Amino acid sequence: MNAVITGASDTAVGRLEGSSCMELHAEAARGALANAGLELSEIDGVLCAYSMTQPHLMLSSVFSEYIGMQPNFSAAVQAGGATACILLMNAAALVKAGVCRHVLVVTGDNRQTGLTREAAFAALAGVGHPQYERPFGINVPASYGLVAQRYMHDYGVTSEQLAEIAVSHRKHASLHPKATMRELITVDDVLNSRMISSPLHLLDCCLISDGGAAVVVSAGDAASDSSAIPIEILGAGQHHTHEHIVAAPSLTEFGCAQSSAEAFRQAGLTPTDIDVAEIYDSFTITLLVELESIGFFKKGEAGEAAAEQQLEVGGSLPCNTHGGLLSYAHSGAAGGMFHVVEAVRQLRGQALGAQVEDARTAFVHGDGGILSAHCSLVLGRV
Amino acid sequence: MDKPAPLVTSDSRRFWEGCQQNELLFQHCMDCNVAQFYPRTHCANCQSDNLEWQRSSGRGEVYSFSVVERPTTSAFKADVPYVIALVDMAEGYRMMMNLRHCPPDAAHIGMAVKVFFEPVEGSEWSLPQAEPAEPL
Ligand SMILES: [Zn+2]
Repeated sequence: MNAVITGASDTAVGRLEGSSCMELHAEAARGALANAGLELSEIDGVLCAYSMTQPHLMLSSVFSEYIGMQPNFSAAVQAGGATACILLMNAAALVKAGVCRHVLVVTGDNRQTGLTREAAFAALAGVGHPQYERPFGINVPASYGLVAQRYMHDYGVTSEQLAEIAVSHRKHASLHPKATMRELITVDDVLNSRMISSPLHLLDCCLISDGGAAVVVSAGDAASDSSAIPIEILGAGQHHTHEHIVAAPSLTEFGCAQSSAEAFRQAGLTPTDIDVAEIYDSFTITLLVELESIGFFKKGEAGEAAAEQQLEVGGSLPCNTHGGLLSYAHSGAAGGMFHVVEAVRQLRGQALGAQVEDARTAFVHGDGGILSAHCSLVLGRV
Repeated sequence: MDKPAPLVTSDSRRFWEGCQQNELLFQHCMDCNVAQFYPRTHCANCQSDNLEWQRSSGRGEVYSFSVVERPTTSAFKADVPYVIALVDMAEGYRMMMNLRHCPPDAAHIGMAVKVFFEPVEGSEWSLPQAEPAEPL
C-alpha cells in the first residue's frame, strides 16, 4: 500500500521580521497537523532538513525538543534543493516499511532577515569546490550561467524564452494571495533587469525569503486516522551525478532523467499523464533543462512552450502554479517544500491561487547543488 | 576581504606545487587511460590506484562561460565583470578558470585558450588561468 500525504501547510512567506528558524518550523508543523486533523501525539517520526540561520548538527532533535515531542524516529537530511523531495521519499519508505505510522516532515528558515546579504551569498558560494572553483570567484548564479550558456548554444534557447518562464511564474504568483512577488512583469522587464551572471538577469533568479513548510506522510492503512483528503505518493526516484559543476558529466543531460523515470515507473504513468507539475526553479534555466531532461518536452522545445503560455494554468503543463521559487518564495529547504504543499493543494482542489481543474496527478521535482542531486515524486488523488 | 586561496590537501599538493612552478599537471590513469581532474587518491573512473602525473600542454577550448556582473562576496568586487570559464583541455579533462586578457564580450564557446599562472595575493599558491591562445 502506498504512503499518503495527509497534511500539508506553509507559513506566511517573504520578509518576516523577527521570525526564527524554529518558530517557522513549529508554525509550519502545527499547520500541517491541523491540516491533517492529527494530534502531535499521533506522530511517531520526524524528518527535518537544515538551517543557515540556526545551524545545528541535530536539527531534527532541536525541532522535536522545541515543539514538544519524543519521536521513535528522527533524522535530518541535507541535499540542497532536492531535500524536500528526498525527505518525502524517506518518509514514504519509513511508513511503507512499518517503521513509522505518521511522519512529520518539517522545513523552514529565515534566510531573508536572519542573514546579511553577504552572509547568505557567501554561504551559497560555499557549494563551490574549495580548490578548483571558489578561488575563481564561483557562485550559484554563475554556475547556472555556465549551464545556460552551453544549453543556449546547443539547443538554440533564447534569453526571451527564459524570460517567458519568469513571466508565467509571476502570473501564477499574482493570483496567489500568499506569494511574495505579485506584480505582473513582461519579457522586457526580465531582459532589462540587471545582469547577475550572463546570460542570467536578476529576474531569471529565485528569491531569498523567510518561511516554513511541512507535511505529514502517513502509512496507507493509517490514512483513516486523518480527516483530510489523502494524496498518494505513487512513485519516487533519485539520481545523483556530481556535486561541483566542474565535475558534472554533462551540462545538457542531468540526473532528473533517471530520477523521474524511476518515479514514473513506480507510478505506472508517463509525463503525458501529469495534470500539474511543481518543478524546482532556482533559475529560469533550471526549470527549462529539467522539463526537457524529464521528457515533458523535447530538447529545445520547452522555451517555445513557455512563450506559448503552455506552462500556465490552462496550458498543456501547468507548472509551478504558486509562482515557484522565482515569484512565490525560496527559504532554503522550505523552497522545495512549497512545491510539495502546492501540489497537495492542487490535487485536493484547494489551491489558494490558480486551480488546475480536476487535477488528479502531480509531478514534483527538486534539484540540489548545480543540477547535482535530483529527486522526483509522482503524486495522485486517491 | 581576501580572495580565497586554494585549500590544498595531500591529494592535490603535487598539482598546486606544479602551478607554483608554471607547470600544469594532471593525473592519468594507467589502467583505464582516462585523464582525471581534479586530483584524487585513486581513479574515479575505474577505481585503480595506478595514477601517473603528466604535464598538460596548457591548451584547451572554452566549453562554457559566464560573465559575473554581481560578485557574491566583496573579495571579487574589484574584478567585476569577470569571466568564469569551463575549459576542455587538449588532454581530455575539464577545468574551471577565469578568462583573462580578453574583453568579457569577446568570450565565446569554442574559443581556443592557453593556460598561464597567476599568484593568489596573500598566499604561497598560484592559480592556473586561461587567456586567448591567439591575439584578439
Ligand atoms: Zn582508471
